[in-house]
Amino acid sequence: MLPAEIIFGLTGVGLFTLGLRATLLHGSLLARILAINVCGAGVFLMFVSIAYQGAAAMPVPDPVPHALVLTGIVVAVSATALALALGRRLRESADE
Amino acid sequence: MSLSASLPLLILLSSLVPGLVIFLLHEESRRLRTVLNLLGATVKMILVGVMIWGVFHEQVYETRWTLAPGLDLVLHADALSVLFVSLSTLLWLVTTVYAIGYLEGSPHRSRFFGFFSLCVTATVGLALAGNLFTFVVFYEFLTLATYPLVAHKGTPEAIRGARVYLAYTLAGGMALLIGAVWLRTLAGPLEFVQGGILGGMEHLDPWALRWIFLLLIVGLGVKAALVPLHGWLPQAMVAPAPVSALLHAVAVVKAGAFGIVRVVYDVYGVEFAASLGVLALLGAAAAVTIIYGSVKALSQDHLKKRLAYSTVSQVSYIALGTAVLGPLATIGGMVHLVHQGVMKITLFFAAGNYAEALGVHRVSEMDGVGRRMPGTTLAFTVGALGMIGIPPVAGFVSKWYLGLGAVESGAAIWVLPVLVGSSLLNAAYFLPILYRAWFKQPPAAWPGGHEQAVGRWEIKGALLWPPLVTAGLAIAAGLFAAAPYSPLEWARLIAEREYSS
Amino acid sequence: MNNLLIWPVALPLIGSLLALVWPRRADWAGIGASVAALAVAGLVAADVMRHDSLELAIGGWTPGLGIALRADGLSAALLLMSSLVALATAIYATNYFTDAHKRADFWPLWLLLITALHALLLSGDLFNIYVTLELLGLAAVALAALGRTRAALQAAVRYLTVGLLGSLAFLTGVGLVYAAYGTLDMSTLAGQVRAEPAAWVALALMTSGLLIKSALFPMHFWLPSAHANAPAPVSAALSALVVKAAFYLVLRLWLDVFDVALGPAAAGMLGVLGAFAVIWGSWKAFRAERLKLLAAYSTVAQIGYLFVFLPVLLASAPGAARDLVFGALVLFALTHGFAKSAFFLGAGVVLQRAGHDRIAELGGTARALPVTTFGLALAGIALIGLPPSGTFLAKWQLMASAIEVGQWLWIPVIAAGSLLAGAYVFRVLGHAFGPGEGVGPALAWARQELPALLLAVVATAVLGLGAVHVWSFVVPGLAIGGIQP
Repeated sequence: MLPAEIIFGLTGVGLFTLGLRATLLHGSLLARILAINVCGAGVFLMFVSIAYQGAAAMPVPDPVPHALVLTGIVVAVSATALALALGRRLRESADE
Repeated sequence: MSLSASLPLLILLSSLVPGLVIFLLHEESRRLRTVLNLLGATVKMILVGVMIWGVFHEQVYETRWTLAPGLDLVLHADALSVLFVSLSTLLWLVTTVYAIGYLEGSPHRSRFFGFFSLCVTATVGLALAGNLFTFVVFYEFLTLATYPLVAHKGTPEAIRGARVYLAYTLAGGMALLIGAVWLRTLAGPLEFVQGGILGGMEHLDPWALRWIFLLLIVGLGVKAALVPLHGWLPQAMVAPAPVSALLHAVAVVKAGAFGIVRVVYDVYGVEFAASLGVLALLGAAAAVTIIYGSVKALSQDHLKKRLAYSTVSQVSYIALGTAVLGPLATIGGMVHLVHQGVMKITLFFAAGNYAEALGVHRVSEMDGVGRRMPGTTLAFTVGALGMIGIPPVAGFVSKWYLGLGAVESGAAIWVLPVLVGSSLLNAAYFLPILYRAWFKQPPAAWPGGHEQAVGRWEIKGALLWPPLVTAGLAIAAGLFAAAPYSPLEWARLIAEREYSS
Repeated sequence: MNNLLIWPVALPLIGSLLALVWPRRADWAGIGASVAALAVAGLVAADVMRHDSLELAIGGWTPGLGIALRADGLSAALLLMSSLVALATAIYATNYFTDAHKRADFWPLWLLLITALHALLLSGDLFNIYVTLELLGLAAVALAALGRTRAALQAAVRYLTVGLLGSLAFLTGVGLVYAAYGTLDMSTLAGQVRAEPAAWVALALMTSGLLIKSALFPMHFWLPSAHANAPAPVSAALSALVVKAAFYLVLRLWLDVFDVALGPAAAGMLGVLGAFAVIWGSWKAFRAERLKLLAAYSTVAQIGYLFVFLPVLLASAPGAARDLVFGALVLFALTHGFAKSAFFLGAGVVLQRAGHDRIAELGGTARALPVTTFGLALAGIALIGLPPSGTFLAKWQLMASAIEVGQWLWIPVIAAGSLLAGAYVFRVLGHAFGPGEGVGPALAWARQELPALLLAVVATAVLGLGAVHVWSFVVPGLAIGGIQP
């Protein structure tokens, strides 16, 4: 059985790759926005796994990566909101 | 700042400041603009007078400003720079008077005179440049200042001519820049020193120096209109007459020729350049250009084009004098820097007058212009005879010394045929014009149709006096060649200083 | 401890909030915040001159857990440049936006952009840099979409998605750095990085993210449409400042943090991409039919030059030789910042007055808009790299150093790029001087024309004639004095 942090890390890499592939291939804006979010989730998962690196020697996992992930999620949410707003405005301009 | 540190800068500012102020002036403030122009030109004359006296008495004038680590902008007066500075200052004054008369009533005069002053500033900067870096700076500045003058009329033809001019000069500037940067990394700051600086540096690779020489000469040769880099010059003659006059006599072609002189004498050193074998290359290019320009001039019916090809040919006398080793040839080349300027500006003024007063643009239309415009045609005649090399006009003196120099250095075998051949060609394309002008019957109506109301004179004074004055100067420079402070004596001084070190 | 470093970030942020809650007074908030930011940027620069570098641990938390703000010659110079460009652009913007809605949208976003930019320049911590980079990107996208035309919106969406991918790549690199070295503080990292795979992969990820954001060829595809379709003040900031922020980070990472992990090949690769960018960008600019598109492609080319500096810089021996190249690089970046913003602002005036910016139809512009045309010409001189502009001296030094380290390849690239730049700049001027009925009645547009002209004068005359001070500011130890023969 692999250690948990390796599994998390590999899953993160997998998610990142999937998201990247979809971002580059999909034409639809909404799909691309979602794909970038999947990418982001992959990166955050890698960060989480970093926190457990060498955890055996430490009483608690390293808090810094968690703090970073929290900040990262906030940034990602704002970016998604902006993307969605732009997408809506783009559709309105197409309807006119 | 003492006078010795500020004089070169003041000479530069005396045309830069009026130029910049003129840009801000309203189009209609004609009197203020004229006052500024003439004031700047007069102040410059006085300052240059001081400088001539000082340099003759071995005073040092130098302005130095560090632009970047190891790169100084240096304005320095030596005998050679004074020769060129006085030429451009004098001809600037005359051309300004001419341009004020020529452009009266035409649009965009503020712009024109602004760039005109910048153009002279760049030329004076070139003349006073104390190292190769400064020379490159002003060389590029000159390109920028002249482009709007060439494009001034705004017609598609003018824009095209300006574009061709720019393509040539920017590419040439780039070659010069690369050569200068390369040489700078090899040989340190390239201060112009009489006798050259590279001769003493034995660690340098001669082949690198040859390649650099080629780059520098290509860069300078574009402005000096060395064949095959001359293509822009006939196209640039679409510019207004005062601009052509200045471009052909002082500013652009002369800047290139002056640069060649500087590189050969004060960077490489003429003896070291000869030992590298690069002078032969320069001499060949000059000889080809002299003959080619004259041959092309023969077949031009358009007067300004004929004069343009004549410039191509004549300016290369300077390069020829530089390429031949020995003080007499040096004197011939240097003195021609001044003589060609004075004579060629006369010819272009006259051509401008024919076009302005009679609408005559072509040689074939010039029948009898001498009767209609005797003063202008007299000036034209003096200029043309000088170009052919007939004494006592100044051109004779240049050719005489070039010939003597060729004999002295043993290069007579190829230089004399070039001189004789080109003089014959000069005669072949100038004498028919003089014949037409003086001896043929004028036509019933001039091509321009509208003859200007002229009052007592053939054309207004601002257009008539400049060519007469410069024609007078061309004769005086020949007649009084042995007088102190004459161009010839000054060229002799330069040659003495170049060869004594 | 130096609280001064807070203010270049805090002042625009306060201004942004004021502009948001008080849209009718937004102009004043914008100008006030810009003036104040410029003043503190000047103070920071003065302090840097005295002490070489400044540092502030925010809230008293020591770096490691806390976040440090730092300023040295490089960041202070860019800070000063960006606040000066921002002020000139803000003055321009007060007259530019006629639509009240757009104006209300512009100011908070604009000041947020400046906030993010200044924070990025002063950050000493990789994660903080990620946050500021993201913030900068989002503000830039929102501003680029302000034109509300369909083309602008499409360009903004593309700008956003590409930018997000870039920041994710950067973030992944940051994660790897933390996993390998356990710290994100750049000065601490600098002592720990070794030449090993973890460092290489992390640097590769972060650099590729930054290359996307700095639009290095071939990742430049998003830039021309985004920069050309944005409102003029926004284009100016995007081209002059935002892409340069990403390049600044490349410089920081490569020179200060990962320098021990690098071989010459890596820098050579970036240099080759830069060379392609120079040629391709200049060529596309020459072929462009619209003035703003020309300016945008010119940015692609000029960013290329910055990357061409890198291999020469890293091949120069540490000490005076490297300092010379480094100073030239900063001088180039500064000059381009001023010149390009001036060019875009001038293009904006032309576009507004003529109703179009098709280059072939610009006849008469020189007559109708002499000040703007003069400004465009001056900015163009700096873009070509002719004297007396700062870029001329920077290119001279670049060529000299390239020859000294034997990298001859760059010489023809620089030559060709400069000649192409001459061709595209003078194509515009040729049409502008040409015949045409002009572009409308001569109005006094001093608030738009003068800031543009001022920026162009800074690029061409001030930075050129005073270039030596740039060197002595960013590389204090360098011997400057005139070398006597």
